[in-house]
This record gives sequence, structure tokens and C-alpha cells, in this order.
Amino acid sequence: MIRLEKRPSPSRFWAAATPVLAVIATMIAGGILFAALGKNPFEAIRTIFWDPLFHESFAAYSRPQLLVKAGPLILIAIGLSMGFRAGIWNIGAEGQYIMGAIFGAGAGLAFYPSESFLIFPLMVVAGAVGGWAWAMIPAVLKTKFGTNEILVSLMLVYVAENILASVSSGLLQNPDGMGFPGSRNFGQWPAAANTEIFVNSGMHWGVVTAFIVVIFAYVMLTRHILGFQIRLTGESPRAARFAGVNPTRLILICLGLSGALAGMAGLFEVSGPAGQISIDFGSGYGFTAIIVAFLGRLNPIGILLAGLLMALTYIGGELAQLMLGLPSAAIQLFQGMLLFFLLAMDVLSNYRIRIGKTEVA
Amino acid sequence: MTALLKLEGLTKAYPGVVANDDVSFEIRKGEVHALLGENGAGKSTLVKMIYGLVKPDRGQMEFDGVPFAPVEPRAARATGVAMVFQHFSLFEALDVAENVALGMENPPSQRELAARIREVSEAYGLPLDPHRTVGDLSAGERQRVEIIRCLLQDPKLLIMDEPTSVLTPQEVEILFQTLRKLQSEGTSILYISHKLEEIRALCDGATVLRLGKVVGRCDPREKSAAELAEMMVGSKLQPPIRDAHEPGDVVLEVSNLSQASHSAFGTALKDISFTVRAGEVLGIGGVAGNGQDELLSALSGESPAARHAVKIGGEEIGHMGPNQRRQIAVLAAPEERLGHAAAPGMSLTENALLTGAVRQGLTKNGFLKWGDTRAFAELIIKEFDVRTPGPENAARSLSGGNLQKFVIGREVLQRPEVLVVNQPTWGVDASAAAAIRQSILDLAEAGAAIVVISQDLDELMEISDRFAALNEGRMSKPQPARGLTMEEIGLMMGGAHDMEVAS
Repeated sequence: MIRLEKRPSPSRFWAAATPVLAVIATMIAGGILFAALGKNPFEAIRTIFWDPLFHESFAAYSRPQLLVKAGPLILIAIGLSMGFRAGIWNIGAEGQYIMGAIFGAGAGLAFYPSESFLIFPLMVVAGAVGGWAWAMIPAVLKTKFGTNEILVSLMLVYVAENILASVSSGLLQNPDGMGFPGSRNFGQWPAAANTEIFVNSGMHWGVVTAFIVVIFAYVMLTRHILGFQIRLTGESPRAARFAGVNPTRLILICLGLSGALAGMAGLFEVSGPAGQISIDFGSGYGFTAIIVAFLGRLNPIGILLAGLLMALTYIGGELAQLMLGLPSAAIQLFQGMLLFFLLAMDVLSNYRIRIGKTEVA
Repeated sequence: MTALLKLEGLTKAYPGVVANDDVSFEIRKGEVHALLGENGAGKSTLVKMIYGLVKPDRGQMEFDGVPFAPVEPRAARATGVAMVFQHFSLFEALDVAENVALGMENPPSQRELAARIREVSEAYGLPLDPHRTVGDLSAGERQRVEIIRCLLQDPKLLIMDEPTSVLTPQEVEILFQTLRKLQSEGTSILYISHKLEEIRALCDGATVLRLGKVVGRCDPREKSAAELAEMMVGSKLQPPIRDAHEPGDVVLEVSNLSQASHSAFGTALKDISFTVRAGEVLGIGGVAGNGQDELLSALSGESPAARHAVKIGGEEIGHMGPNQRRQIAVLAAPEERLGHAAAPGMSLTENALLTGAVRQGLTKNGFLKWGDTRAFAELIIKEFDVRTPGPENAARSLSGGNLQKFVIGREVLQRPEVLVVNQPTWGVDASAAAAIRQSILDLAEAGAAIVVISQDLDELMEISDRFAALNEGRMSKPQPARGLTMEEIGLMMGGAHDMEVAS
């Protein structure tokens, strides 16, 4: 008989080991899935996890892509993790990401074709403000009227998508674009372009920002009273109130922070890898970042690793589609499994497993 | 009389602790048997084994001459064992009959059930309307729901875990009459309590547990309360001492405090006024749920009140939040240890920071001084004899009594000028309770104004200078505690509301 026994304190060892176990379990279950699809499971796993990093002909292309994809995921996930720790569920990062891109791009394009070095910083700030403002809608509604931030933030994603569709063939449409929807391409406007800092490294300003934010978040959570208040609120809202935490203020801070970071991620994406505001700009980073935040145990360092891992499965997944003809649904399933196994393995850090008969009649 | 339940060598070990070690005793038919012991002596584990919630590692039980090993409470109930828990398992939004039906295997129709509830409640002198919503009932009435739920099963053995901790003296009297009636009908009762006078008044036999072992059996009617206490604790208890002293100036002044409750089934505070002088302990009694939590929240600053409703040394502070109050040495310790006074999953160091940040200077420009915080946690652990391997352990890993010592110690060591505590010794063993009370008295001695909210009347009588009671959000006028009779206290606590025995 197998029994679960609650641990007096959560195990630190298992908290660190479960993500690794979850990855291994995903590989096994995914391998079985791929085998059932008639593919060689070992080859498929190798294509997803190994080839993007070390394959002699693809790696030079896919390694920089790893950073390009991981950057926004990490940036958004860090912001989300702050709220999640406090029990504030911003599910609408995708919307804030889109609004950040629109605000940032709009602020920049207002000055086209200026070559001032202030353009790009201005766009970054405007992007952050756009995301922040979009997140303030659920925040204010929650604090004033007690609405559910999960629903409001999620619904606002669809609003943002429609605004995106509207501006890309309206307000921000390229006047020289011969009627095609989409804004001017930032890649062709050096003052506004989010360029790679080192050529072919994938390291653009968004990635640098993500790394800096990881460090800030880590310091804040472990050494600052705000981080303590966030953790305390998540652990026990009543104790937090007793400790003098103002719940309204915390909701505004957490949603505002996650919105601003998502908005910045959107701006870095639109001015860099995406290049322009277009109808299909929203790529789901805002949703995937939720998985990244949990995969990283809502811990900044964990999120850094989880973001890289998630980016790897994206790139590896694309590679597997290309090389082995795996259906894209199988890849999505594979990513879903990762979160599923992680949550399932979570039990190990809070419970001890006892096997065998222990009771005597 | 023959034995109804016989326990032989019951042993149950949890990781790190032997909760019950070779426990044997028997309960005769129609006997009211007391199970005595401090918190952590293993009483709860033992009754959980009898009720089928926990399986013993070793040993056997016999019920009515037949081997008895319930695998789950349902099996125990089928055999004839019923239990009233210390913490009620009732749904506040449902009515009495619906709550009773939820605990039954095959509930009859609501109408039939309501009739049976009436019948049983009248037969045993427990007035209860089956159609009232549980959320509106007093703690005493809620307990009646639990008791009636048990009685409907026609039990041979009724287990009661600390049943009087939530009752007024008058309600206790009603309960005892019910239990005596049950006894006269041949029902056995296993009565768990650490209130010795009650046990002497009610029980025919007693088994005393200490650290999981049976350390004595006696007829409680032949022993004095002091003798029973010594059996429980294993040594003589030191009653708290304080020197007579004149209270100083008025420090805390509450005037016309009225406030709605933050929870749906809470009690609004209605026009509460009192003062507490420096060096004085004001004891506030009352049955749970009469505004105790709300009063603590209003005084701690969690639910700020009208500006003029609370004054400290003449200064209006009613509007201030918890940390502003801490700044001016107004501290509080709420009743609920896990989840209110302390965060369960956080370490003791982090929990020391929870209220200590302001007064102990544990932050600098918003950054946390972990070294100082840890030192503060270690100081609390040392000064208040908190048994734990170290401050890095999670609050939830501590026993209730140890965590309570930590929570009280955390506030006391911050040198409060006003301290408000709710249930300072709830679920704490006798020696730890004595230590906590002594620390509260020492604080008063040093000139702090102290408000102790408690449901333990003995405790309040022991440490209070003046006594008042909360009833449905109103507070009686504080009276000098010395010389108050139980009768007077009971009237202050309950007025005369639903004290009458159903005829």
C-alpha cells in the first residue's frame, strides 16, 4: 500500500528536484507518445532537446533563437510570478504584451523619422506604460468593486487582440506600405530598432532586460520587505493583514508590475524579432509565460531556467516538425505534459511517500 | 457493571514522537470516564483510534466483549461509538436539520428528521429549533447540534472532546444534566477535558495520560483538583504570582466603538466603551463568536475604526493601521495561531519579522536585516522556551502550545505599552500556560496596559484586575474581578438568553 504523509516542513530538496523529475517524466511519456505515432522516440527526444543546442548544422541558427524566445517568456513570467505568489492571478499577460507593443510602437512612430537616440528608450517606457495601464483595468476593478481579476484580465486579452487588428490596418498602418496591413518595419529604422547587442547571439535589449529583472526580482523576494509582503500574502492573507500589508496596494503593485513587464516584453518583440505591428503579432508568449512561471516554481532563478527550457521545446519542437514530420499538436501536448508532470510531482515536496504495510490490527 | 470498551496496549507512533505508548484501560457500561492529560499527552490520538480515524500500531480493543478494530469512523459509528469534536464540523449556511442529515448514513425525510430532532432535544433538555440556520447559532447551540447528531445514532459510547471550552457556566450545567441523563440510561461517556473541577463533578472514573503513557487511574470524586493536576503534570504547579499594586494613568481608552464585522457570520461590535490603566489587566470573557475577533481586529488596527473610538494616552488612533500602532507600542496577538498570528509555511525567522519589523528595526530602507531577524527569533525561542530545533523551521511544524509561546513571546519581547491578546493559552499545556500568564503579569507589573480576551474563565479570574464580558457584540461594564461569583459572570456573559431548559 502506498500512503502519503504530510511533511512538517516542505522539503527543499524535493522542491528543487521535482522540475528535473518532471522533465524526465515528460521525456518518457512523450517518448511513448512519439513511438505511438510511429516515430523513433529516441530520435524525437534528441531532436527536441539536443539538436537545437549541439547539432552541427542547425545549432548556429537555433542557439540565438533560444535567447530570442526565452527573453520575453522570462520577462513576462517574472512579473506574473510576483502576483501568483501573492495569490493575484493575472492571466491576461498576453493582452498587456500586445498593448505594450502598440503603445511603444505608437510612441516611437509618432516621431518618425527622427534619428534621436532617445527614441528607443522612449518606446521602452511607453511599452511599459501601455502594459501597466492595461493591467490597471483588472486591478482597479478588483480593488474598487471586487471583480475577479482572472476573468477581467483574460477577457481583456481579446479586447487587446481586436485593438491590435484595428491599429495594424488603421492608426499605425504603414503609409508607404501600399495598403498592406501592418506598421512600418522597425528593423529599417535604426533609432527605433531593438538590435542584437552582439551579432548572431540573439542577445537583444529585451533579453538583457530579462536577465536584469531576474536579478532584481531575486533580490526583492529574498531581501526586501515588499517581497516578504508578497510571499506573506500568498501564504496567508489574514496574517499579511495583521502584519500591516495593505491588500489594495499590493494588488495594484503586483498587477501593475506584471503588466509593465509584459508591456516591455511586447515592445522589445515588436521592435526586434517581430519587426512591426501586424495582425498576427500576438504569439501566445503571455500564456506560455504562465507555464514558465509555474515550471520555475515562481522563483526568479527557476523561471530563468524554465524560460530557457520552454524556449528549447519550442525550437526543438519546430525542428521535430520539420525533420521528423511530427504534428504540431503533438508538440503542444508535449509542452502541456511538462506542466502536468510538474504539478503532479509537487506532491513530493509537501508529502512523504510511505510504501508497505505499517498498521497492525 | 461490565466493561463496554476495553483497550489493551494501544501504541501509536508518529515520526519523532510516540503519541500513545502501551495504553490500557476500560470503560464500564453507564460510566462517565474522564481522560485527563495536558495538551500533547496523547488524548486526541487515543480517541481517534477508538473512533476509527487513526489505526493503532499495536494493541487491541474490545467493544461489548467483541474484538473491535474500526477501519473508519463509519465502522465505529455502526458499532455504537459517537463523538463530539472540539471543533465543530457544521455548515453555517445550512439549517440544523440539514446539517444533521449530512452526518447520517440514510437520512430520513427533512420533516421526519425535524420531528426526531425536536423529540431528542426535548428528551435531553437541549433546546434547539431544527429550522434555524447554523450561522446564527451560538457556540453552545452549535454544540447541541453535534450532540443531537450523535444521539440520533443511539450510541453506546459517546466521546466528548473538550466540550465545555465554548460554553457559559449555565450552558455547562445544561450539558451536565444531559450527560447525567444519558448515563442513567446506560450510555457510557468518555469525557476529555483539562478542567478538573468539571471532571470531579461529573465523572466516575479517570485515566490520566502523560507523554502518551497511562500514569494513573483514580476516582476523581475522591481527589482534589490539585492532586489531579499534579498527576497530569507530574510536578507541582506554580500558580502565577503578582504583587498588589496601584494601577497608573489611563492608557487605552475605547469609547463608543461600533463596527461591522468583516466576515458574513461575524458579530458587529456595538457601542463598546472601556478604559485600561497602566499596569492593569482587563479580562474580557464571553462565549466564542460574540465579537472577540472583531474587538481584537479593531484594537490591533486590522480593521481601523473611527478616529476617536480608540485613544492611547489621549491621542486618537482609531484610524491607524497595525504598523502605525506598533510604532507607538500598541501590540496584539490574535487567537488563530496558524494563518493569522503566524504564516504556517514560513520559518520562525520570517514569522518573527511578521510583527517585529517595525519595533525591532528589522528593515533598513525597505531591505530586510535577516541576521537581526534571526537573532530576534532566537531570542523569542530562548526566552519563551519554544521547543524547536531552530528558527529555520516552519511555523506549522511546531505544536500548538509551542507556537503559542512563540506568538506571545514575539509581542511581549517588543516591550508593548498596550498589549491585546485573544485566547493566550488556548490549546496550551498547563505549564506553558502558566508561563504565558506569568509573562503577561510581568508585563503589567512593568506598567503595560493589557487586555486579555479569553473563553477560559479560570484564566481570566487568575490574572485580571477587572472583568467584562462580550455578548452579541456588546460589552458589559467592567467590574473588579476579585469577588465576582460564577453566577454573576455567567449573567454578564450570556445575559439570560436561551438559558432555559426545555420542558
